[in-house]
Amino acid sequence: MMKDHAKLMQAFFVSGEIVGRKKLQKMIYIAKKLSFPFQEKYQFHFFGPYSEELTLRVEELCNMGFINETKEKKSGYTQYRYSITEEGQAFLNAQAANPMPEVEGCLKDLNTQSSRFLELVSTMLYFEGLDEQELIEKVQKVKSKQNYTSEEIVEALSYIKHLSTVS
Amino acid sequence: MVYSKQKLHEEKVFKDPVHRYIHVRDQVIWDLIGTKEFQRLRRIRQLGTTYLTFHGAEHSRFNHSLGVYEIIRRITDDVFANRPEWNENERLLSLCAALLHDLGHGPFSHSFEKVFELDHEAFTQAIILGETEVNEVLRRVSPTFPQNVSDVIAKTYENKQVISLISSQIDADRMDYLQRDAYFTGVSYGHFDMERILRVLRPREDQVVIKSSGMHAVEDYIMSRYQMYWQVYFHPVTRSSEVILTKILHRAKELSENNYTFAYEPYHFLSIFKGAVTLKDYVKLDESIILYYFQMWEEEEDPILRDLCRRFMNRNLFKYVEFDPSKEYKKLNELEKLFEQAGLNPDYYLVVDSSSDLPYDFYRPGEEEERLPIHLMMPNGELKELSRQSDIVDAISGKRRTDHKLYFPKDCILDDSSHKEVKAKIKSILSLE
Repeated sequence: MMKDHAKLMQAFFVSGEIVGRKKLQKMIYIAKKLSFPFQEKYQFHFFGPYSEELTLRVEELCNMGFINETKEKKSGYTQYRYSITEEGQAFLNAQAANPMPEVEGCLKDLNTQSSRFLELVSTMLYFEGLDEQELIEKVQKVKSKQNYTSEEIVEALSYIKHLSTVS
Repeated sequence: MVYSKQKLHEEKVFKDPVHRYIHVRDQVIWDLIGTKEFQRLRRIRQLGTTYLTFHGAEHSRFNHSLGVYEIIRRITDDVFANRPEWNENERLLSLCAALLHDLGHGPFSHSFEKVFELDHEAFTQAIILGETEVNEVLRRVSPTFPQNVSDVIAKTYENKQVISLISSQIDADRMDYLQRDAYFTGVSYGHFDMERILRVLRPREDQVVIKSSGMHAVEDYIMSRYQMYWQVYFHPVTRSSEVILTKILHRAKELSENNYTFAYEPYHFLSIFKGAVTLKDYVKLDESIILYYFQMWEEEEDPILRDLCRRFMNRNLFKYVEFDPSKEYKKLNELEKLFEQAGLNPDYYLVVDSSSDLPYDFYRPGEEEERLPIHLMMPNGELKELSRQSDIVDAISGKRRTDHKLYFPKDCILDDSSHKEVKAKIKSILSLE
């Protein structure tokens, strides 16, 4: 019961503070692509894979008082910070079993990366069926405004390989 | 004349209760409508189980798809034509993507996809790119045309302006479904001045924007979207029917995994149960087929499957109480144990349904690069996000949008011919006395 909420709470618990909604979206997407059983459905949007379900579920967790969301005004935009509350910790403790015992290494690693880089990694994973050259061309087309350099793309490819070792 | 430019000798029109007429002049569009994959959409309801709450809501994804096509036709032919920011070569692509955007929806697709971990968008792509009649028509336009149509629908096409027409926070899809769902459910909200919105749409780089003079028409659209969510899409009775539908599919899947012998073999479900559904199997599915099995399963030996199917077919739905997970999650653990003691499997008979389990979205101002917001084009050409200009939209965007309900079979709990003491405890916790 409320297993999907519990899985997300577990993600917040092991990640520590997550800074930025975009980062949160991409972290969960990447973890899901690495076969962690998050249920939130993703679609491709202007800024890469995005889940409306995840946005609403996080809103629910904030309204329940399980997650703390703080807003910070940055130049031209608002940035959000997320952390688990005491009530959230108690909810997680009340779960019969740890919903995802092995997700910690993966999410901790993802949380050290920038949102821009995770946007690139998640977009590459979204098109993972393509061969490497096609993948690079596709990413450059759909992300033309981000002007990712070839070094960033190479780094992202190597990071995807690295992730499979921490998950 | 090349196929992409061919026009019908005489314009065809479909009578439509929302747009009055849907006009077809392009041969490609006419041919797509005639394909068997598109005709299948006649047998998939637009609003799933909502007809159990609003009896008029029997309209199909076929109606809606034609409606989205018609809106895009009006935009491209009447509003965007001859504007320098619009590439006329994208017209046919936009029309085809509009018409085919829901092609991969399965029967009762929201529940179906959740239970069987399927994705209608992936099936839309598979139908467009696979060995299908739709693909055959699209390939006659050009070898790369099916891929372009698929990319627009998947939102991965390079021209984001085209994507934005069909899928953004003010798009042809939403403009059609809000009006159509309002019409067929019979509710009085859900209406807005679409003609006005269409007149003030402007193509800009990577998106479609609204002239600021049209802000009030857009406010009306956002307001009707908000009202439709709470009054129709989040209706607690519809949610109850979706809960039962989901549980039926879960039960059938579980039984199959445990090698249960069905009295009547669920032939159409076999590959789905195994997680190996092919495109050919998938396009055979529609809501008539699903309801046929539910009727057969009303006589199954398994008591849970039999009971859930009878409930669904005869509209004997679960009742609900409001549920606050932050305060009541411990109560839920206790209820689960009591339900088990009362002989009711809590996996099937005690269900928390949350707003995040529902397939609809609210307007979001796009802070921190979430979804692209609605942009107003000011008289000086500057773009401003809608909620920063409109107090009404700002007020709605900041409202609480989450809701949780606890569903259960009240009739079983009130029936104290068995497990009287345990049920008395349940009644007390759920305040059913």
